[in-house]
Amino acid sequence: MTRWMDEEAGPVVRPYALIGGRTRSSGDALDLVAMVTATGGAASGGFVPGPEQERILTLVTTATSVADVASELDLPLGVVRVLLGDLQDHGLISIGRASASERILKEVINGLRAL
Amino acid sequence: MDFEPSDEPVALKILIAGGFGVGKTTLVGAISEIRPLRTEEVLSDRGIGIDDTDGVEGKTTTTVAMDFGRITIREGLVVYLFGTPGQERFWFMWDELSYGALGAVVLADTRRLTDCFPSIDYFEQRGTPFIVAVNCFDDADQYDIEEVRSALDLDPDVPVLMCDVRRRASAKTVLITLVEHSLRVLTASQA
Ligand SMILES: Nc1nc2c(ncn2[C@@H]2O[C@H](COP(=O)(O)OP(=O)(O)O)[C@@H](O)[C@H]2O)c(=O)[nH]1
Ligand SMILES: [Mg+2]
Repeated sequence: MTRWMDEEAGPVVRPYALIGGRTRSSGDALDLVAMVTATGGAASGGFVPGPEQERILTLVTTATSVADVASELDLPLGVVRVLLGDLQDHGLISIGRASASERILKEVINGLRAL
Repeated sequence: MDFEPSDEPVALKILIAGGFGVGKTTLVGAISEIRPLRTEEVLSDRGIGIDDTDGVEGKTTTTVAMDFGRITIREGLVVYLFGTPGQERFWFMWDELSYGALGAVVLADTRRLTDCFPSIDYFEQRGTPFIVAVNCFDDADQYDIEEVRSALDLDPDVPVLMCDVRRRASAKTVLITLVEHSLRVLTASQA
């Protein structure tokens, strides 16, 4: 079974260096499929986005899920959470999630059938 | 904001759970566009002897590649699939993955049925709607659905089906069965 273990585990890296060793900020309970959208406003509190955060802001001019942000930018999820938390704290992005209604689920069922 | 609910982009999350080698990656690949996604596994408790020269307090992480698939139903409606490794060392991921999930597919292999017990216990406890999909491996003895259901001690309303997730049509049926089940659960909760 070790074969499968090896397949799933990646190399040891230090993504936390990117975010100064912090784990989470207000991005704490961020849902993986919550939608991130740039507000287009100015940053509060004299905050200056870092280069990775600038890339995020460019990406989320159209609503993008947290998981897609991580995937597109090829950054681990925990790092993305912290970067998003800072952007949210300074008013540069909004994060939200629409819940699934019966109508949406029926649409998904029909959409899957049509695949 | 003045949006109709339908104008808001909706993203749904489906989990694919089960033991190693049961077919999680195969299922995600058969039905969706696979995308790279990594998360961190923090190893700070394990005393791994890697030195810290960057001043970050002794935190060592491994990134773990996850199965991550995306199915676009239409613009503004996307279904995401997340494969969840079944062994204990990955359990740190489960809470965040299952949070707000539409439901879960528990893949089972009849040669190692007990591998899926932890997943079933977990989703039962969390109240996450789930189905059991029995992946039919060629060299496995054939069981019928009722035998599997009773071996797993499932509630009668939990759907169980046979599948071969290498086939796209079968993978599709698995997902449709789950979403139909989630819809029943949602409807019942609103009644
Ligand atoms: N015979 C058969 N083989 C399968 C089936 N699903 C997966 N496999 C094979 O089983 C192996 C493990 O599958 P994989 O998707 O990597 O399992 P994971 O560890 O759960 O991600 C692969 O070689 C697959 O080709 C199935 O339904 N029938
Ligand atoms: Mg796999």
